[in-house]
Amino acid sequence: MKMLKLISGLAIGVLILLVSILSFLGSMEVDNVKISMLIGTILWFVVTPFWLKEE
Amino acid sequence: MSDTAVEIEEIGGGEFERTPVPSSKLKGWKSFLGMYAGEHAAGTEFMIGPLFLAAGASLKDLAIGLLLGNILAILTWRYIVAPIAVSNKLTLYYQLEKIAGKHLVKIYNVVNGVLFCFLAGAMITVSASAVGIPFGISFSVPDDVFGLSSPAFSGIVIIVGLIMAIVAAAGYNTVSKFANIAAPWMIIVFAACGLSALTQMEVNSWDSLFAEWDKGIDVVQSINGKADFGFWKIVIFSWLCNAAMHFGMADLSIMRFAKDTRAGWGPSIGMFLGHYMAWICASFMLAAQIKLTGDISANPGALAWSAVGWTGIICVIVAGWTTANPTIYRAGLAFQSLFPSSAKKYSGVILAGLIATAAGIFPALSGKLLDFVGLYGTILGPMGGVIFVNHYLAKKMNFTQDYADNKGANFNIAVLLAWLLPVALGLYFIFAKGLFPAYAVIPCWIASSLLYVFIMKLKKS
Repeated sequence: MKMLKLISGLAIGVLILLVSILSFLGSMEVDNVKISMLIGTILWFVVTPFWLKEE
Repeated sequence: MSDTAVEIEEIGGGEFERTPVPSSKLKGWKSFLGMYAGEHAAGTEFMIGPLFLAAGASLKDLAIGLLLGNILAILTWRYIVAPIAVSNKLTLYYQLEKIAGKHLVKIYNVVNGVLFCFLAGAMITVSASAVGIPFGISFSVPDDVFGLSSPAFSGIVIIVGLIMAIVAAAGYNTVSKFANIAAPWMIIVFAACGLSALTQMEVNSWDSLFAEWDKGIDVVQSINGKADFGFWKIVIFSWLCNAAMHFGMADLSIMRFAKDTRAGWGPSIGMFLGHYMAWICASFMLAAQIKLTGDISANPGALAWSAVGWTGIICVIVAGWTTANPTIYRAGLAFQSLFPSSAKKYSGVILAGLIATAAGIFPALSGKLLDFVGLYGTILGPMGGVIFVNHYLAKKMNFTQDYADNKGANFNIAVLLAWLLPVALGLYFIFAKGLFPAYAVIPCWIASSLLYVFIMKLKKS
């Protein structure tokens, strides 16, 4: 459960929010940012229902 | 949205509709923080945010005005809604039925349902704007309120609307649970959209941000003409865009589950995420689009696609759908009373879905969302004034509290007059004199409150 929550947190915290900050700071290419966000989105919707349902 | 919120919604849909919520089912005030966080980060934010820039609001006015307006809205929930909700623990509809009578509540329900349909229609337009992007179908907003966009876009609206209507009728709970899963993700995507827009504008200081914003306004005004959306207009709008929920007491139905009045602080996080961060981020997307392409149209799908690609498309569709789903469902429940008892239980929801789809075909309606939410508060808000004076002044001023309940009446004419006369006057000023609709909310609320007291005293009730 904790692992699933961690994955969900990383999915939106790192793959979506952090990369958009990095892009803003000029450390990441826009195309890579968009791909990272899509992966984060897919991960969130695949993983989150498992632990949210349990809670 | 938290699990407690799901529980509150599920309970609210069925149990305790006509009895006070028992103490075993009451929730602490922190439960309401999570629930409102999901409630106020919705599809409407994609539409409303860019409209501020399109209307000519300065960034400084927007930042400070939204701050003040949101604080006022939170205080209204805390000091107007929460005390009555905690004291009576009744839904809005049952509370109103006790004052106005069951026949008048039916009329109120239908009016509420029609307004819900227009809101859902705007959300269908928002979702359709994103669905069209992969197919290269964008929408233009015609000058005429009831003008159509391209046939292809109208087709997408019809398909999206019908799917939403069928899902709301058959699988409301599934979408509702999906909305709870999506809410935290959606808030993060809003923030990412804002950051991406800042990147696109090549902003590297506050000065450059203000400069880009002002350039955006100049471009909009060079095309649409001079417009003014000043500080106090922003304050009043952000305070009263949810007037039906706070001044209008619709959130009695939610806050009746509160252990104490601190639940009134519940909307605070949600308001600042949805009606501050999300609105400003969404408005940055339009500023970035103007800088990149010169296009001033507030097309949520195109804006999100430009900012964050496929994630943005998914977010706009999900945001529109998860907002439209409960809206169509609630409107459907209101319409259900119009059908004979032998009719299928989903007839009302399907009717609401069809009306919402018809409204969604006209993109100008979603472009008028700033006006619409004010209109919504003007029409529904005054009923909250009647509830307010019934709660606080009836005994002190010696007129019958919960008149219909105590006198066995089905239709309290005093409520009808106290509701309709100020609203009719408000609508006259809005439509005939061009008054910004949000400005009419508080005068109508106060007029309805005073008029109800006056009529009840006149009746010697």
